Amino acid sequence: MTATLSDHAPMFTADPRLVSKIPDGAMADKWSNYKDDMKLVNPNNKRKFKVIVVGTGLAGASAAATLAELGYQVDAFTFHDSPRRAHSIAAQGGINAAKNYRGDGDSVHRLFYDTVKGGDFRSREGNVHRLAEVSVDIIDQMVAQGVPFAREYGGLLDNRSFGGSQVSRTFYARGQTGQQLLLGAYQQLARQIGLGGVTLYNRVELVDTVVIDGRCSGIVVRDLITGELQSHAAHAVVLATGGYGNVFFLSTNAMNCNVTAAWRAHRKGAFFANPCYTQIHPTCIPQSDETQSKLTLMSESLRNDGRVWVPLAVGDERPAAQIPEAERDYILERLYPSFGNLAPRDISSRAAKRAVDSGHGVGPLKNGVNLDFAAAIARLGKDVVQERYGNLFEMYERISGENPYDTPMRIYPASHYTMGGLWVDYELQTTIPGLYCAGEANFSDHGANRLGASALMQGLADGYFVLPYTIGNGLAPMLNKPIPGTDHPAFKEAEQAARDRFSGYINIKGTRSPDHFHRELGKIIWDYCGMERTEQGLEKALSELPALYDEFKKDLRVTGDGESTNQTLEKAGRVDDFFQLGMLMCRDALERRESCGGHFRAEFQDDEGEAKRDDENFAHVAAWEWTGDPMAANRNVEPLEFDSVHLATRSYK
Amino acid sequence: MAQTVNTRRAPVTGTAIHAKKKKKPFLLDLYSTAVGKKYVMAITGIAMIGFVVVHMIGNLKMYLGAAQINHYGEFLRELLVPIVPRTVALWLLRAGLLVSVLLHIHAAYSLTRLNHSARAVKYQSPRDYQVANFASRTMRWTGIIVTLFVLWHLADLTWGTVNAVGTNGVFHRGDVYGNVVRSFNRVPVAILYILANIALGIHLFHGTWSLFQSLGWNNPRFNKWRRGLATGIATIVVVGNVSFPVAVLAGIVG
Amino acid sequence: MTVNPDHSKHLTNLTLTIWRQAGPNASGKFETYTIPSISDEASFLEMLDVLNEQLINDGKEAIVFDHDCREGICGTCSLMIDGQAHGPQRGTATCQLHMRKFQSNATIVIEPWRATAFPIIKDLMVDRAAFDRIIEAGGYITSQTGGAPDANLIPIPKPVSDAAMDSAECIGCGACVAACPNGAANLFTGAKLSHLNLLPQGQAERFSRTEAMVETMDEHFGSCTNHGECEAACPKSISIDVIAMMNTDYLKSKFKNRKALSRS
Ligand SMILES: Cc1cc2nc3c(=O)[nH]c(=O)nc-3n(C[C@H](O)[C@H](O)[C@H](O)COP(=O)(O)OP(=O)(O)OC[C@H]3O[C@@H](n4cnc5c(N)ncnc54)[C@H](O)[C@@H]3O)c2cc1C
Ligand code: HEM
Ligand code: HEM
Ligand code: SF4
Ligand code: F3S
Ligand code: FES
Repeated sequence: MTATLSDHAPMFTADPRLVSKIPDGAMADKWSNYKDDMKLVNPNNKRKFKVIVVGTGLAGASAAATLAELGYQVDAFTFHDSPRRAHSIAAQGGINAAKNYRGDGDSVHRLFYDTVKGGDFRSREGNVHRLAEVSVDIIDQMVAQGVPFAREYGGLLDNRSFGGSQVSRTFYARGQTGQQLLLGAYQQLARQIGLGGVTLYNRVELVDTVVIDGRCSGIVVRDLITGELQSHAAHAVVLATGGYGNVFFLSTNAMNCNVTAAWRAHRKGAFFANPCYTQIHPTCIPQSDETQSKLTLMSESLRNDGRVWVPLAVGDERPAAQIPEAERDYILERLYPSFGNLAPRDISSRAAKRAVDSGHGVGPLKNGVNLDFAAAIARLGKDVVQERYGNLFEMYERISGENPYDTPMRIYPASHYTMGGLWVDYELQTTIPGLYCAGEANFSDHGANRLGASALMQGLADGYFVLPYTIGNGLAPMLNKPIPGTDHPAFKEAEQAARDRFSGYINIKGTRSPDHFHRELGKIIWDYCGMERTEQGLEKALSELPALYDEFKKDLRVTGDGESTNQTLEKAGRVDDFFQLGMLMCRDALERRESCGGHFRAEFQDDEGEAKRDDENFAHVAAWEWTGDPMAANRNVEPLEFDSVHLATRSYK
Repeated sequence: MAQTVNTRRAPVTGTAIHAKKKKKPFLLDLYSTAVGKKYVMAITGIAMIGFVVVHMIGNLKMYLGAAQINHYGEFLRELLVPIVPRTVALWLLRAGLLVSVLLHIHAAYSLTRLNHSARAVKYQSPRDYQVANFASRTMRWTGIIVTLFVLWHLADLTWGTVNAVGTNGVFHRGDVYGNVVRSFNRVPVAILYILANIALGIHLFHGTWSLFQSLGWNNPRFNKWRRGLATGIATIVVVGNVSFPVAVLAGIVG
Repeated sequence: MTVNPDHSKHLTNLTLTIWRQAGPNASGKFETYTIPSISDEASFLEMLDVLNEQLINDGKEAIVFDHDCREGICGTCSLMIDGQAHGPQRGTATCQLHMRKFQSNATIVIEPWRATAFPIIKDLMVDRAAFDRIIEAGGYITSQTGGAPDANLIPIPKPVSDAAMDSAECIGCGACVAACPNGAANLFTGAKLSHLNLLPQGQAERFSRTEAMVETMDEHFGSCTNHGECEAACPKSISIDVIAMMNTDYLKSKFKNRKALSRS
């Protein structure tokens, strides 16, 4: 049945430019219908097309490798020294797939349903269903490439259940699933580089995209070793440049993750969708001192056996061991009996925040909650616990200096994933024709909240099984039509603009480093646009951000020159873009007057403190349009229709 | 070669497309790579270990008196007679040994060259090695010492050219016992022998362990024995060989 | 609250001797800096962040060093600390090393990886592209996208897949090369080879892969004389057994590939 709000007139109007291009047919047939109807490029014409892929993470590497296999000329770009270092490498927990190897009732439809529901009904059904369909092929593909997924003694693949799902559909490789998957994709890419199918540009950063006559014609990159700017023209450009979680300064993202690529495309006309949808991960190691540069994630799988609790008494200084059961509050078990410690990320995160805000925090800085394994060790024995979490426990001890076998871990939520990103249609094409966006960088299929183990799935789905088809469909009509070369004035202008931008940073000669500004920016975003958002808070942020941004532009200090490796200069460019994104995030959060998934507006909660969605007015995607000033960006709307799943309030009680 | 990159950077592609190099004969082909050379070092190493051990044992006959050892020397020359004429078998063995030494040295030399160019610019601060031991880091020196020693040794006890120097006697081909005693009665010579054998021991201490690794004979079941075996062989050879000059000086033999 | 006794101590008066080199072809030298005080909770790289803040405030150029994930998984960080690759803590990458491991008033010497195949780009940053060349030569299992059979078609004994995983954990940091007195990359190459050569999926290309990767390794790196330093420096404690396996497979590949060649 259709659960759109047909009977009421929604308080928003669809933007004509935001056509999702969802194919016709029953939900289960849409993707195959698309593939049947799409235009093809004949094999020996493929090499006449050049495709640029920016980013060599799961999404980028898999796309570049597959496009090259098909015969396209591919140029791949990464700011890393090697494609293998993309941030996908850090993913720990696992990757979902509707294989139903467990026979526990999983199915493509259930994965589809769980993802839409987990996303709090803010994602596009068609895309999500396709994602669930191809999830199955991903596992086959990765195993064939030699990814050593965990196995049982019988030799078949093992599964675990993960972050708020009731079936075991998560495949994993110890605590290093992302690493193993990325190495798999990287090896396919490396093969194509070796064979000459892909040309790799490493240690270069995209600093602008070039749009000519409304079509994306190429990119401008900055060589991070020589500082030199280069233009590259192509028939199509793919951005697979990852998420923008580092806008918070402290996040689980790698130090160099940034929004620059997506943001520069946004400034050239690509709409930026739902920037306020950011995911906070409940199990990270809390900040330990003022010098902290990033936060480390502890795999969510720990919640399968760890119990989350805080002392009942405010400011209880006793060591955990000395606090009797009666004086402990097992917050998640108390609030969400049926899911207990496995309640979804946003819910668990807010529970922890409330506990700490109300003075129950533990640890030297009172900024965490306990994740206690005493019960598990008593129940299963130390060996079993070690077998399951040994490497995570070591990691924790290395970082915190504490041994989780005898004192509970301390955890606290941290920014982890960004559901928002460049708006894309069913073909993963942005609002700029010829510019595609894949992986975490697009506004993805996760709606307002991502289920654990679904990002790896999406990155690989986009790169291996979606883009190779949809790009062909887009390129077919362009056969033998000339495209603008890098001698086109538009490229020269873009190069000049970039040159001025970077020399600009050096010439400010102020007093404060890019990191200094990044910290301050991050604090504002975290305080007012983090786990819990309020109207006043966001207003405050929106008044403070432009002021701080002005100081940035007046008082920035970048030492060194622009002609050799200069990480301070790189950072300056990234922080600049984070500032602009930060403003857009706050505006988006302010405009979305509802609570949904990762976006929690304190004003919109029920008496138990649960998120209250407003489907009548907000069952839509907010796609922001650049107008020259992030504070004045236009908010355009793509309505979301739900034909196959009921719009229901999420309840994990 | 310095540690440099060409600042004008080129993108990478087609790195695995090579003009098909025509195959050399199997052994040369194998020997042309570092891993192949290590195989050669290991195999020649084994041959040389074999010799040193047997040689040491043979020399033990000295404790049984002049007749015995002299007869032993004769026995070696008579080896496999009448199947092959006198001394032929011995010469074959000598040839094999010589080839081993030469190959071993050539491999060692070229690998050492390779390793130096692999770190043209050394670390500018002191290294703090964790497991690499004195033996493993001095292989090429102990090796050279041993070879130089062997040359002197041949001149001393095989050709006799330096055997009688500084003594009142003369070198008698065939009188192994006398030659040895005459030689070792010279304290500096005795010391030279002792030092050389210690160098040899050090070389074998790493070498005997290392060769299993080089030959890929790596199996959890006997990995733990490798260290023991290496120490064993090294000790036996050193103790055995050092005992002779000591015994002579101490007047036990002579 | 659960705090171990020596929590949030501060280390004072650290002296840092750090290699500075303006560019690939410039000649570098050691510079000395001091850190008045730093929390022992700080990671080693956060200590360098603090130093860089100081430098920028003094209008000096910040020290260039490679790093990214700071979780010990991306393999980007790469420092020679007091003569040890990745510093004093076994099985730990530079970014996971914490100041607790050091004492007040200590002098810490930091140098870049040194190997001809790892040219210095600037200060402490080197170029490890030679590793990528080895992978491009054959460090993969060819499998056309979409053509794969069901993942459970070939069961893989748990011990086999665990052994493959042990090798697959290599983060490509280059510490093995940096630590090896011969500048050899045998541990890295051996790890990648044993990962792929152990798996059933990897058999078809096993020997062509081995020959190609070993010979590409030869073009860039030194040879292994079994010092074992690499294993000690490896943040994933990968065992030198993988080198032995590589050697066996290489010899086999010489036979097999010739056979194959003479047949075709
Ligand atoms: C600690 C952690 C754990 C996680 N665990 C899981 C998990 O268990 N399961 C799961 O499903 N997901 C997990 N995720 C999420 C998942 O890892 C990411 O969402 C996903 O890997 C993103 O992949 P990607 O290819 O889109 O981007 P990335 O892997 O981040 O790749 C980005 C690429 O773009 C390049 N790039 C970026 N900007 C530029 C530029 N301006 N110029 C040139 N190149 C550029 C980078 O060099 C890089 O190659 C985790 C994330 C984190 C941070
Ligand atoms: C000039 C003479 C010699 C030189 C320069 C030399 C040098 C070396 C070197 C550099 C190695 C490599 C270390 C290693 O791979 O572990 C080596 C290994 C070895 N050497 Fe020698 N050596 C010499 C003579 C000898 C002699 C006389 C013997 C035996 C009596 C010997 C036995 C071995 C053995 C068994 C190995 C181990 C082989 C391997 O690890 O593959 N060497 N030698
Ligand atoms: C102190 C210990 C040693 C003693 C007493 C000793 C004694 C002898 C004697 C008497 C001979 C002459 C045999 C003959 O001409 O019939 C001889 C030959 C030889 N020795 Fe030694 N030796 C010793 C140690 C070594 C060592 C350590 C090596 C090598 C690493 C070595 C290598 C040789 C060689 C190569 C020959 C020539 C063999 C031949 O002629 O075929 N010796 N030794
Ligand atoms: S083998 Fe170990 S040291 Fe060498 S690159 Fe891999 S992880 Fe680093
Ligand atoms: S340290 Fe070097 S010598 Fe071999 S065992 Fe490791 S590569
Ligand atoms: S920074 Fe990623 S491994 Fe150290």
